[in-house]
Amino acid sequence: MTWEIVIGLEVHAQLSTSSKIFCGASTAFGAEPNTQADAVSLALPGVLPVLNKGAVERAIRFGLATGAYIAPRSVFARKNYFYPDLPKGYQISQFDLPVVGNGQLVIQVPAQGNSPAYEKTVCLTRAHLEEDAGKSLHEDFHGMTGIDLNRAGTPLLEIVSEPDMRSAAEAVAYAKTLHSLVRWIGICDGNMQEGSFRCDANVSVHKSGTPFGTRREIKNLNSFRFLEQAINYEARWQIETLESGGTIRQATVLFDPDKGETRMMRTKEEAHDYRYFPDPDLLPLEISEEWKERVRATLPELPQARQARYVSELGLSVYDAGILTASREMADFFEAALNEAPGHAKMCANWLIGEISAQLNRDGLDIAQCPITPQQLGGMLKRIADNTISNSGAKEVFRTIWTEGGEADAIIEAKGLKQVSDSGAIEVLVDEIIAANADKVAEYRSGKDKLFGFFVGLAMKASKGKANPAQLNEILKRKLAG
Amino acid sequence: MINASLKQLSAQLAAKKISSVELTQLYLDRIAALNPDLNAYITVNPELSLAQAREADARIAAGKAEALTGIPIAQKDIFCAKGWLTTCGSKMLHNFVSPYDAHVIGQFNNAGAVNLGKTNMDEFAMGSSNETSYYGPVKNPWDKTRVPGGSSGGTAAAVAARLCAAATGTDTGGSIRQPAALCGVSGLKPTYGVCSRYGMIAFASSLDQAGPMAKSAEDLALLLNVMAGFDERDSTSLQREREDYARDLAKPLNGLRIGLPKEFFAEGLGNDVGLAVQAAITEYKKLGATVVDISLPNSRLSVPVYYVLAPAEASSNLSRFDGVRYGYRAPEYVDLADLYEKSRAQGFGTEVKRRILIGTYVLSHGYYDAYYIKAQKIRRLIAQDFSNAFKQCDIIMGPTSPSTAFKLGEKGDDPVQMYLSDIYTIAVNLAGLPGMSIPCGFGENAMPVGLQIIGNYFDEARMLNAAHQYQLATDWHSRAPQGL
Repeated sequence: MTWEIVIGLEVHAQLSTSSKIFCGASTAFGAEPNTQADAVSLALPGVLPVLNKGAVERAIRFGLATGAYIAPRSVFARKNYFYPDLPKGYQISQFDLPVVGNGQLVIQVPAQGNSPAYEKTVCLTRAHLEEDAGKSLHEDFHGMTGIDLNRAGTPLLEIVSEPDMRSAAEAVAYAKTLHSLVRWIGICDGNMQEGSFRCDANVSVHKSGTPFGTRREIKNLNSFRFLEQAINYEARWQIETLESGGTIRQATVLFDPDKGETRMMRTKEEAHDYRYFPDPDLLPLEISEEWKERVRATLPELPQARQARYVSELGLSVYDAGILTASREMADFFEAALNEAPGHAKMCANWLIGEISAQLNRDGLDIAQCPITPQQLGGMLKRIADNTISNSGAKEVFRTIWTEGGEADAIIEAKGLKQVSDSGAIEVLVDEIIAANADKVAEYRSGKDKLFGFFVGLAMKASKGKANPAQLNEILKRKLAG
Repeated sequence: MINASLKQLSAQLAAKKISSVELTQLYLDRIAALNPDLNAYITVNPELSLAQAREADARIAAGKAEALTGIPIAQKDIFCAKGWLTTCGSKMLHNFVSPYDAHVIGQFNNAGAVNLGKTNMDEFAMGSSNETSYYGPVKNPWDKTRVPGGSSGGTAAAVAARLCAAATGTDTGGSIRQPAALCGVSGLKPTYGVCSRYGMIAFASSLDQAGPMAKSAEDLALLLNVMAGFDERDSTSLQREREDYARDLAKPLNGLRIGLPKEFFAEGLGNDVGLAVQAAITEYKKLGATVVDISLPNSRLSVPVYYVLAPAEASSNLSRFDGVRYGYRAPEYVDLADLYEKSRAQGFGTEVKRRILIGTYVLSHGYYDAYYIKAQKIRRLIAQDFSNAFKQCDIIMGPTSPSTAFKLGEKGDDPVQMYLSDIYTIAVNLAGLPGMSIPCGFGENAMPVGLQIIGNYFDEARMLNAAHQYQLATDWHSRAPQGL
């Protein structure tokens, strides 16, 4: 019997509203401490929460995008605990009646070693709205703690999965798919450095066919790499503990990225009793069919639907379509470029997945920061497609656009990259080469086929690289045949 | 002047017989003379009050006066008022100067009323005698050895002693009606949601409601016209068309069906109170009303239900008073837990701590279903009782409190006895209904008795009509304590 790892994730996605979930203060990141803390954020005596409809709308978008149940009536509850960055002494969250329940997310788990890539469906238990806490700043104040309440009240959607994942790779694939989805549907900017997308991982191990083991929760993982490292470490630790006769106690742990280890934060016995109860300051949240439908009408085509369309309508491979739909920016870039060069989806995909991705990678950029616009790419593709430029000419055009900007047509003109597609001119050129190289022609004709490349090289050189390669091949072949 | 109705005062101001500054000064002088003994006010700030009075005079001169422009109104110290010390009767907020106005305060400011000062109250509105105030008990102006009731005891005493033209209170379980009864003034707790709770320091959010306290029902109507209204900053504030609460005052009471709940006239009711209330009912019959016997079978559970739900909400509402951002912080502490423990141990009084403990207990894992959930279910039954009763009658009447004002210190050692003084008022809050108390005579020791009037949801105008017609026929409401 081998050990099986069981993982469920809780993701806190910061919703991209411009004001907080229960008041009008700004949610912009990076402001001076406490400049975005109004009376409600400070929890002054007498202030009351008022729900931001934009946050609800984003929760609805998420529910629709994951095929989930959107509760016609959900309830905000108070989670009571004391902490200096929690100004009211309770967090407004949702407890037994969340806004979203029972969703699904299809993930692509990439190939690893000998095991091939595969698809898996992860079930979502629920997603609920809540407010973020502020920040305690321990470093900047000697012997004291600074409190910054700018973040207090920022809207979060906590997305809870079933314990459906069986490896760190699956957990990472799930987190990445979720990350892509929340950005795709425009509810979260996904900025992990700024804490806009944070993962908690519940990890347990058991032997197949036996009940699940006791879980430990790893808190606040803010990169996919840490998520993977933390799960692998934690699972190994649990297996080793069990194999050496120990037991696992339910606990919350923290991951130390420097040491690559998890360490105990608190055990279940030490856990708070949060004394949840419905917040009497807020009415139950009611979502009408009509509201839901209004939101549905604004939902973009979802990644899975787009991937399927790229395969069925554009003839792309499932793999290529998957890469192009990994982010909305990539997919939109692809479609905008394709719009300039209709009918050349495969060529467009190849350039995006190949040259452009490689360059972006090298320069540490993502597609949103790409120095080439889809229109520029499309303009170039159009000239490749209509044989104005050869592939080598295209690479020159691409390099120029990347570093200096400009439109393909102007660059082709300025650099004289237009390939010769005049068959008469090529025939003259080929005739001259055949005449000047009678010995080689004879060798070729006696069966030395490999010399064909030699003639191509000469002809290209003679045309200064501008001869249309396909035409040149055809003419050369015909003339050499004699 | 000090016995004048709001309407009369407004007319005097309009006719320039007196200025708002003069009127305000008149009350400030009375407060300076009488408050050291009565302790009805926690804070007076003549500078702020007179500045508002001067603005009001300018507004009157410009012909832009409204019904309450220039009239000095006392505010219960539970309402945040910009620039005013706002303590909620607690050491916890002994140094809290509010940077903003509660909605109710804003409404009065917009109307041009003068904030005359902040009245004393039970700490965080938890109490029925005003003895839990950090600022000391208020004395009942009718007998200074007796309590004024609570938690709006400072307000009730200030109105009774004519230390203001009118005032505000808040009512979570009877905190307007019970002190109104014990001090012989009129008080109205509107339907839950009529007055915004924004800026009103929360005790039990699902029960708290602001309301006016004054010398007459007519005054209450004018005050409520200013206090009521939708406020988008309070999610439980009701979006309704504005109404004139004085519109029905003059209607005759012919055919009014008064329901008398048998549970309100049973064991526990003081004989003197019962007699005064029965006499009032007789008066109503003379005015054309008919009487029906009704039953509120679950009302006997209202005190225990209330003492689960209100502390539960309070335990959470009062968590923000942690010594971190404002208010009281213990002078010495060793770490964070110690900061919390000491600040809260030193900043809160005994009754507040008792309720935080009860509330924390009933919300705790393993007890929540047995207490909180069960209490919520009974709360619905209590509301159902009222809706059944209102099929048989238009309005419900009974005693406000089982006894007249008791002696200071008399119930201090027995919280349950204290809690029972709200036995007739609490069910109204649990149901969210409007309730009021008006003076209807005197009981033992010549202390005032209050008649409670309970209406159906949004029936404030009808209740005020019933109260006003009674006050036209009787003069209990215009009696004032002697020697002040």
